[in-house]
Order: sequence, then structure tokens, then C-alpha cells
Amino acid sequence: MITTSRSACGSAWGWLLAGAAVSALAGPAAAQEPRHGGTAIIHMPSEQRILNPALRASTGVYNITGKIMEPLIDKSYDGPVGVLATDWSSTEDGLHITVKLREGVNWHDGEPFTCDDVAFSAMELWKPLLNYSSTLQQYLESVDCTDPHTAVFNYSQPMPLDLFVAAMPDLGHPVPKHLYEGTDIMRNEHNTAPVGTGPFKFVEYKRGQYVIAERNDDYWRGKEYPYLDRIVWRFIPDKSAAAAAIEAGEIHESGFNGVSMADIERFSKMDGFDVGTQGYENNVAHSTVEFNHRNPILADLKVRQAIYHGLDIDYAIKTIMRGYAKPGRGPIPSAGGANYTDDVTTYAYDPELAKKMLDEAGYPEGPDGIRFKLRHRPAPWGEYTQLWAEYFAQAMKEIGIEVEILTNDAPGFLNGVYRDHDFDTANGWHQFRSDPAVSTMVWLRSGSPAGTPWSNQFGWQSDEMDRMIDEAQAELDPDQRAADYHAIQKLAMEEIPVIFAIEHPFISVTSQKLHNHHNTPRWNSSSWYDLWLEK
Amino acid sequence: MTPGPGGATVRAWPPSGTPDMQLTQVLSYALRRLLQAVPVVILIMVGTFLLLKLAPGDTVDALVGDMGGADAAYIARLRAEYGLDQPVWVQLGRYMAKLIQFDFGWSFVYEQPVAAILWERLGTTLMLMGTSLSLAFSIGVGLGAIAARRAYSLTDNAISTLGLIFYATPSFFLSLMMILLFSVKLGWLPVSGLSDVAAFYTGWDHVLDVALHLIMPTAALSLIYLSFYLRLMRASVLEVADLDFVRTARAKGAGETRLMIHHIMRNALLPVVTLLGLQFSTVLGGSVVVETIFALPGLGQLAYQSVIQRDMNMLMGIIFLCAIIVVIVNFLTDLLYARLDSRIALK
Repeated sequence: MITTSRSACGSAWGWLLAGAAVSALAGPAAAQEPRHGGTAIIHMPSEQRILNPALRASTGVYNITGKIMEPLIDKSYDGPVGVLATDWSSTEDGLHITVKLREGVNWHDGEPFTCDDVAFSAMELWKPLLNYSSTLQQYLESVDCTDPHTAVFNYSQPMPLDLFVAAMPDLGHPVPKHLYEGTDIMRNEHNTAPVGTGPFKFVEYKRGQYVIAERNDDYWRGKEYPYLDRIVWRFIPDKSAAAAAIEAGEIHESGFNGVSMADIERFSKMDGFDVGTQGYENNVAHSTVEFNHRNPILADLKVRQAIYHGLDIDYAIKTIMRGYAKPGRGPIPSAGGANYTDDVTTYAYDPELAKKMLDEAGYPEGPDGIRFKLRHRPAPWGEYTQLWAEYFAQAMKEIGIEVEILTNDAPGFLNGVYRDHDFDTANGWHQFRSDPAVSTMVWLRSGSPAGTPWSNQFGWQSDEMDRMIDEAQAELDPDQRAADYHAIQKLAMEEIPVIFAIEHPFISVTSQKLHNHHNTPRWNSSSWYDLWLEK
Repeated sequence: MTPGPGGATVRAWPPSGTPDMQLTQVLSYALRRLLQAVPVVILIMVGTFLLLKLAPGDTVDALVGDMGGADAAYIARLRAEYGLDQPVWVQLGRYMAKLIQFDFGWSFVYEQPVAAILWERLGTTLMLMGTSLSLAFSIGVGLGAIAARRAYSLTDNAISTLGLIFYATPSFFLSLMMILLFSVKLGWLPVSGLSDVAAFYTGWDHVLDVALHLIMPTAALSLIYLSFYLRLMRASVLEVADLDFVRTARAKGAGETRLMIHHIMRNALLPVVTLLGLQFSTVLGGSVVVETIFALPGLGQLAYQSVIQRDMNMLMGIIFLCAIIVVIVNFLTDLLYARLDSRIALK
């Protein structure tokens, strides 16, 4: 077996707001001796009803369950690190991936963790039941246990090891086979009372109020860990009330933009709080502008280019994201590491040029100064998307395009855009998940059936793009794979099927009483075994 | 005098019948009202079901939105599992068949039986709304009566202005300002939630802890409700105080206190009780805003979330509960009318 494992992780986010991004690692507190004990209280803006990361791939689920259930591999600032896996390798043809599992690990109920758990989870949950994983693992044929701590994943089509490793932190949480086998997996009681191997054991989930987890005294990293006695996640839906709770010291951390931008800015100027984007390098999203190419006006490349030229991205970053963002460079964000390139066509803000291009495309201004009208659906994903929609309408008005905003709630938006295609333009959110093959290429690849959210429902189809995506997906050589994705990005920036306008990580507000926080690129999803609380 | 909402009618004075006859009367009246309520509730349920189906998207869309996406096969599988791939009539039939056996079904959003969640939330909402409404009713009635007796005086102006201010203040603003003052600045009261989770209080400490957490939401809600009762009571007392029977009572030498309590208040309370009945009917709806801001796990928040999540079974469960409460409260209001004004008889 030939080892082709490789560590790939770019994590230099040098564009954080100076002064706002305070690293906990750099503070004077780093010299303090970690304290055992204490309860960390974490804000959750919305309730997570299912607490099983092997059934629901979502950051909200990881934020809680990441402390209770662990993945095979996690991500650190130095690249992938084994958690329940210790080593991984692939055969040259990419059809078999061998994962060595950690020995001496027990589930919270005392049963040992073995390869059987991994094989069961992969075949019964990851492949058929887990969102996004079902695409990733569609060619997974079987998982063999050559010994209790060696799992061999057998694929019918080559699986790039890079892709496998990049996906594992999110899509590689084993469940205990002995509690799931022979049950209705979707209805299993442990989906809301998880049993894992992590540093914290599940205690109670009080719906509408909180989840509690307590210290696992039998944690495999040793008696030293974890430092905290307990973690409590409190559900506070109102952002202003959450900000008040943080200020009053009732909450220690609020992640994923859990409070409003105005409050985030306020906290960044207050003593006692760390505010910034550190720890979200792996949780990056794009604010998008999506076109319905079924509309002949928007099918014209020149019009799409003009619209791009009409958007003052820097202004939007400054006013909407308060500087915690940067301009997008196509479908893959800079968090994409080796697969990212900024060597692409860009469209600088130039309203005069935009107007000229629209004239040339055959859409002159009418007597009322309007060239054409667009019906726009904004996604209701919170502050960024709402304001970005308003800015889009405003900016378009300046170049003579009237945008009518059709406000809708989440199901209304997802149906209107991705199923009924009842829109001209839309703006939403593209969430990058470690590797472009996981949830990014579906934005460009044709063939997704109507009703698949966050996929190419734009009526845009390019044989060249489809071919390039399929080739990149099956490419095993990491360098060639990166080159393939660079080419895809370039083409996407030339054709602009979608504008991946702004790339932004999330922002957290953390009490400085917490130490060792936001020290990995997906910190809110990680296990927090080394997190400790000052008295 | 206005007839009661549920069919109580004004009958000729004096009332007739022995206490025994009255009891049978009340019971047969109750039975008739119950039978009348059945088609009403069924109509409500069918109507609501169809209305909710008109909203774009279903619970799978909402779930997938929450998750941050899923592939087509996953979505189709989920929809089939929840029975959402069936025609609306089939879904309605299935739901009604279950409801007849008082089975509220399963919430796909919470992955729990609807009844269990409703039961859990009912307590919080009843506690919050019950306390707020009682406070608002008693203080509002008291202040309203005082204001009316000293109409157009400084006291009246002060009370009326305060009532107007609370009436005009949006509940979210009042709540947030209270949090800012009492929690953030003064640090006297907890910001939100039902209890201090990390403290693990038991017994009386727990009761005290919950009471502390409920002070601000209760105050915010009662202050807003209070103004309704205050204004209504004031107007009602002023109206009744001018009626002939009050003048007669005064001429017969009744003291001001007796006049107020026995003659004026009792009659002036009728419209206020109507309002109380109306508001009690909406009690189960809770207060979405106050529950959301104070992160209280009540039915109001649940109903709101269920709309966003298109959690049909949960919503239908809440609406069913509300319909039942409305029927019961209407019935009780009618009984209360008959007690307050003997000219009203149960028919």
C-alpha cells in the first residue's frame, strides 16, 4: 500500500480587522496555568433538535455534539490531525482507503470503540442518511475490518485521499454500533441523547432551554483532560437579549454571528471580550448573487458582467460586514488552501462601464431611467443576506436596473429559487465545507433535480464546466487536482453563472475568562478538551 | 347590556328557579355548548390544515435550510418518510383520523411526540400568562376605578397618562430596556431563561430562582395588558356612575364606598370581564415577543417557530389546544355574566 497522505491547510487570514481580532493565544493569559473545573456557558441562537452529527451535517449540531462525539480526523492550524483515527493511507488506484483507529478508546457507556462502529456508521449512516455525505460516499461499496482497529473503505470509483481527509472532520463521526444496530436509526433515542467518545458526556437536553454535558472522567487523552467540569448551551433566539446576557456575564461565548453586527462592534471596543474571526477558517461562506438564466436578459453574459461591475463590493464589506470579510474570487474561498487561486478575472466597481455595457447589450435606459426590472429573492439567513439584498437593489438602481425585492421565509426562499425557479435574481449563502467537491461544485454542475437547495438551479449549463468538475472529482494527484480546481474557478469567473461576491468567516464574541478558545480552524465544532475557565 | 359571546341572552327580571334547578340548567347548558363546539373545532382544524398547506414549502424545506443543505435523494427520502409526498387530502384524512383518537402525532422538527412537547411548554406559558393577566386585571381594575372616581383630577391624569405610555410602548422595547437596566447595569435580575442552569438549585431555591427569572417578563407583559383594563374600567365606571339606579342608591343614603363596590363596580365589571375572557382565550398563544426576548420555552415561541419550520403537526396541536380553551373560556365567561348580572340567564 502506498501512502499518499499530505497535509494541506492554508490558514493565514491576515485581513482581520486590526484591533478587533484579538487572539487568545497571544494575550498575557496564555502564560497562566490552566485551571480545572468550572462551567462554560455557550450561546446558541437557534435550537438544535437532532444531536447526532452522523445524521445532520450542520455547524449548529457540531457546536454541541462536537464535545460529545468525535470525528475520525479533525483539522488543526497545522493540517489534519487524527482523533479517533491515528493514520490513513490510500492504494494507488484510489479504490481502497485504510484508516488505523485509536486503541483504548471507550464509548461513554463503557463499551470499547472498534472498527465495527466505523463500518456500521459508514454504511448505515454516512452513506445513506447524512446530508452531503451521501454524495461524497456514493461510490463507497463496503468497509472491511481487517482487525478491530483497522478499517478499509472500499470504493467502486477512485476516492482522492485528500477529499476523504478534508471531509472527515465534518462528515466522519462514528456512532456506537451497539446502540444503533437493529433500531430505526432516524428514530433512535440517542439522536437526541448522544453517546460518544468525547471529553464531555451528554447529561440533559431541555427543549427550548438548554443542553448540558459534563466531564468524561474516562477520556482517552488522559486524566488531565478536559479542564472544564461542564458545558451548558443556552438557546437564546433574540440577538439583543443574547448580547445583554454576554454583557451581564451570563454567557461566555457566542459564535457564528450569534449577536448583531452593531453589538459585535460594541464588544470589540469593550474590555473583557475577544471578538474576531479566528477559529472559523474552516467555516467560510460566500454572500452570493444568483441569476436565473432562463430570463433571456440574464442569459446574456454582458449583462451579468455589467451587474458585477455595478457592485461596490468594498463598500458592502465595510458597511454590512464591518470589515470582517473580503471580496470573493469565484466558487472556492481562500480557505480552500491549495485548491484556491486568486489568479482569475475580476470585475472592479465601475458604474459608468456597467452602464456602457448594458447599452451595448441592447438595454438602453427608458424614459424613466430604467433599463429593465428584476424580481429578486433574498435569503432570510440573517443580517448579512438581508442587508446584502438591500444593497444589491440600491446598486442596481444606480445603473438603471429596477430590483423588486420579494421577501420570503426559509421554505419560501428555498422553494422559490431552487424548486420553482420563480425569480430573476436571488441572493443567499454558499457554505464552503473543507473541499470544493463536498458542497461547492453542485453550484456549477448541471443535472441536480429541481428542489435541491444550494445547487445549480439557475438554468445554466456548460458542458465544459461539467467535464472539468467530473475530472477534478476523480483526480487522485493532489497537484493536478488543485490545478483542475484553479481552472474551474477561472472559468466560473469568466462565465459568472453565479457571483460569489463576498467571502466571510463567522465572528465570535468570547469572554476573556475562557482560555485556549478559537485555537483550531473549526473551533466551535471541535471537542474543547483543552478549554479552561478562569475563576 | 351586551349578550355574552356564547349565546347567553337577556331574560326578563326576576330570575326564577331553585338552586337545584339552576344546577341542572347549567349542566344541560354545558352539554349543549359542548355538542355545539364539536363541529366548530372540526371546522377549525380542517380550515387551518388547508390554510397552512397554502404556505410555500414544507417542513423538509425548513429542515434542509436549517442543516445548510442536502442532496436530492436525501430530500426525497425525508419527504417520503414524513408522508409529505402524499396528496393533501390523504394527509388531511390521516391527520384527522389520528386526532379523533386524541393522537397529536409526531413532530418531525423536534423528533418527539407533539403531545409531550405541548405538555412541557404549557406550564411555562400558563404560569407567565396567568400571573401577568391576574396582575394586570386586578391592578388595572383598581387603578381604573380610582381614576374614574376622581375623574379629570391630577390622580386621574397621572394614572391615565401612565396607562397610555405603557399601552404605546412596544413590548420588545419595554423588555429590552428592563434587561438593560435591571440585568446589565444594576445586575439585580437574570437576563433570560427560566432558571439558572449551571446552579443546579433544588427545592425552594429552585422555586425562588424561577420566580426571579419570571419577574421581568411578567412585569413587561402585565404593564402592557394593564393599560387595557385600566382604560376600559375607567370608562365603564364613569358610564355606570351616571345611571339612575346609582342616583337612587345614593338618594337612599348609601355611602360612597358601598355605592362604589356594590352598585357601580359590579355593573362596570361586565365589559372588563368580557375583555378578560377574550384575553384568556389567547393565553395559550402566549406572547411571542416576550417569550423570545426572555428565552422562555413557552407556547408562543413554539407556535412561531413551528410556522417558520412548517411543523404542521405541532401547529395543529397548538391550534387544537387553543380552540378547546376558547370554547371553555367562552362558557365560563357566560357563567360569570349570569352571576354578575342576574338579568342574564343561561339558555
